[in-house]
Amino acid sequence: MQLTGAQALIKSLEMEGTEVMFGLPGGAILPVYDPLIDSSIRHILVRHEQGAGHMAEGYAQATGRPGVAMVTSGPAATNIVTPLCNAYMDSIPLVVITGQVAYSVIGTDAFQECDTVGITMPVTKHNWLVTDPQDVPRVIREAFHVATTGRPGPVLVDMPKDVSNQMMDWYWPDDVELPGYKPNTKGHPKQIKDAARLMGEAQRPVIYAGGGILKARAAEALRELAELTDAHVVTTLMARGAFPDDHRLALGMPGMHGNYTAVTAMQQSDLLIALGSRFDDRVTGKLDAFAPGAKVIHVDVDPAELGKVRRPDVPIVGDCRLVIEELIKAVKADRAKRDWPDLSAWDRQIEDWQRTYPLHYEQHDDGPLKPQYCIESLRDHTPDDTIVIAGVGQHQMWTSQLWRFNHPYTWINSGGLGTMGYAVPASIGAKVGKPERTVWAVDGDGCFQMTAQELVTASAERIPVKVAILNNAYLGMVRQWQELFYEERYSEVYLSPDLPDYVRWAEAMGCVGFRVDDPSDVVPTIEKANEIDDRPVVVDFRVDYREKVYPMVPAGGSNDDIILDPAHDKPGGR
Amino acid sequence: MSEGVQHHILSVLVENKFGVLSRVSGLFSRRGYNIFSLAVSPTEDERFSRMTIVVDAESAPLEQVTKQLNKLIPVIKITELGDDAVERELLLVTVKATAELRSQITELASIFEAKILDVGYDALTLLVAGTPDKLDAFTDLLRPYTIVELQRTGRIALPKLARRPAKLRAVKDRGA
Repeated sequence: MQLTGAQALIKSLEMEGTEVMFGLPGGAILPVYDPLIDSSIRHILVRHEQGAGHMAEGYAQATGRPGVAMVTSGPAATNIVTPLCNAYMDSIPLVVITGQVAYSVIGTDAFQECDTVGITMPVTKHNWLVTDPQDVPRVIREAFHVATTGRPGPVLVDMPKDVSNQMMDWYWPDDVELPGYKPNTKGHPKQIKDAARLMGEAQRPVIYAGGGILKARAAEALRELAELTDAHVVTTLMARGAFPDDHRLALGMPGMHGNYTAVTAMQQSDLLIALGSRFDDRVTGKLDAFAPGAKVIHVDVDPAELGKVRRPDVPIVGDCRLVIEELIKAVKADRAKRDWPDLSAWDRQIEDWQRTYPLHYEQHDDGPLKPQYCIESLRDHTPDDTIVIAGVGQHQMWTSQLWRFNHPYTWINSGGLGTMGYAVPASIGAKVGKPERTVWAVDGDGCFQMTAQELVTASAERIPVKVAILNNAYLGMVRQWQELFYEERYSEVYLSPDLPDYVRWAEAMGCVGFRVDDPSDVVPTIEKANEIDDRPVVVDFRVDYREKVYPMVPAGGSNDDIILDPAHDKPGGR
Repeated sequence: MSEGVQHHILSVLVENKFGVLSRVSGLFSRRGYNIFSLAVSPTEDERFSRMTIVVDAESAPLEQVTKQLNKLIPVIKITELGDDAVERELLLVTVKATAELRSQITELASIFEAKILDVGYDALTLLVAGTPDKLDAFTDLLRPYTIVELQRTGRIALPKLARRPAKLRAVKDRGA
């Protein structure tokens, strides 16, 4: 069967099981958009290419399947660099197809030409420039394989226009042949045995669960390991939902804005069991002062993570789920041979911290609306399996702190790159992937203004996402740093609560818009928003701009110097 | 070079495809490491190329670069070669050589087993192969005669061979 390169590309995407793709056509990718008309793949036409990338990421994070985006060359390709980098940092499987000027004119500064492969090299797991239409099925097969196996990540396939138009003989490769790519998924048995032995000696063990748990579909295994060993579990920003917050062993989020107990339990631990986490600076604080008395077991599918930041006592390269399952067996075997330490003193210590240093804010009936109250109300008046998506900043931290995540894949945010504007497009992607679920984006006013135009996409495509804007009229997190660390010199952070008018903007984009100023209106408005199922909803919550995210470990500071809410009159803070 | 920084020789087996050099060198430049020398050519199997990279770095961060290199899809294998590796480099040099000085230079050339590739009106072009140290020494001795142009290939290297049969070593390793 003879096909054009473009037809082969669409057929290859179908062969890989692509159900939906997000994109925007243009000159160099035109040949590929033509066979799309006859394809089973649903295409969602975005308003900006960055939106296509983030939607594909949201889709991937909600479903576990690779997200697919397709855009044209030049400015479209550069617009999708941010999502690629975001996906690279957060290990999200993403396949991006870009159009390219004809292979025959590459390098001549042709219209809408840019060196897409060169530009995206450092932000993709791998990328390909297709020079022969006969390579298309093989490249697409390889692209999906690389994106989804080992440590997942983004890949890019650059498709010159003439290659799309040339003919090829269709085939589908049986297998992928990449001699330089053999991810190691099975942990070394001796290392696993050593890990079990260390766990059997620990008096203050803490499981430090990262996003790798979710990538490896290892939440069940993690729970079994924690319950078996009675080790408490912190879930990083990327792992919220990987362990149920209502569980007796759950400590919640550690790090710069982690809760006191999660941060301090790690600091005082004698054994950190790092599972799919990467010792990010936002978690460790000042590295020399991080968990000084702890031995470290570090499990990661990416060998480059082991020893990158902190040298582990027991490094294990492997898939988190497979390794945890083996670890459970090894723990059982070790326990059959000897008694493990009694952890009750440590448990009591943790309970004491939790009682003494809970998260804290105050909402007065007649006072200004508190952002934390909005989040807690949203949490309490939405289904338990609601998918929550955040942008980046104060609203993101409060949501991660205050939401009770009891199911994996219910929390989606931009962790590593910290991409403002992530929430709106990512929520659209998540809703496309999980149409039966309630999807709420919690966004900041600054973030919302970066990508709000994608609500036009959501309206046009009938994707009923809901967006809660915590509108404090500021770039809130920047304001917080200027208040605390720059002597209240507020440089370029004021945004205005009324400009734009978020309700009218929402309505102009085909959404329903609500505004809430008064605490008593919060719950009724959320309930109204929940009932709307045929179009997107935007709620403009006018919240107190003075509210700050606490606790906080100042950047570069030791986790021992955690700052509590000043209103918190207990000792221990600074 | 600051303390802790030293030459490391990486022998990197890669797929022989376009763009691979750029991927590899990008990992060094991203961290601000200067590649001291680089030699690339196809191996006995033309699907693969071998890069011999000499880089100045501290050992710990270099370990991270090596791990990152390993993650590149077209990279098949990386070996860091030790001091005992067999290494050679080639040097071409054009040096000023008027008629009265020519014999002095050819004498030096013969000591270093250099070949005379070209003779001009007032200059000679010489070729010498050897260890980087030998090339350095030759260059130093030529300098007083005025070097017009000089080009080195960067070193190529292969690991030191075992002095005993592999089978015996395996038996011993198992016992240890």
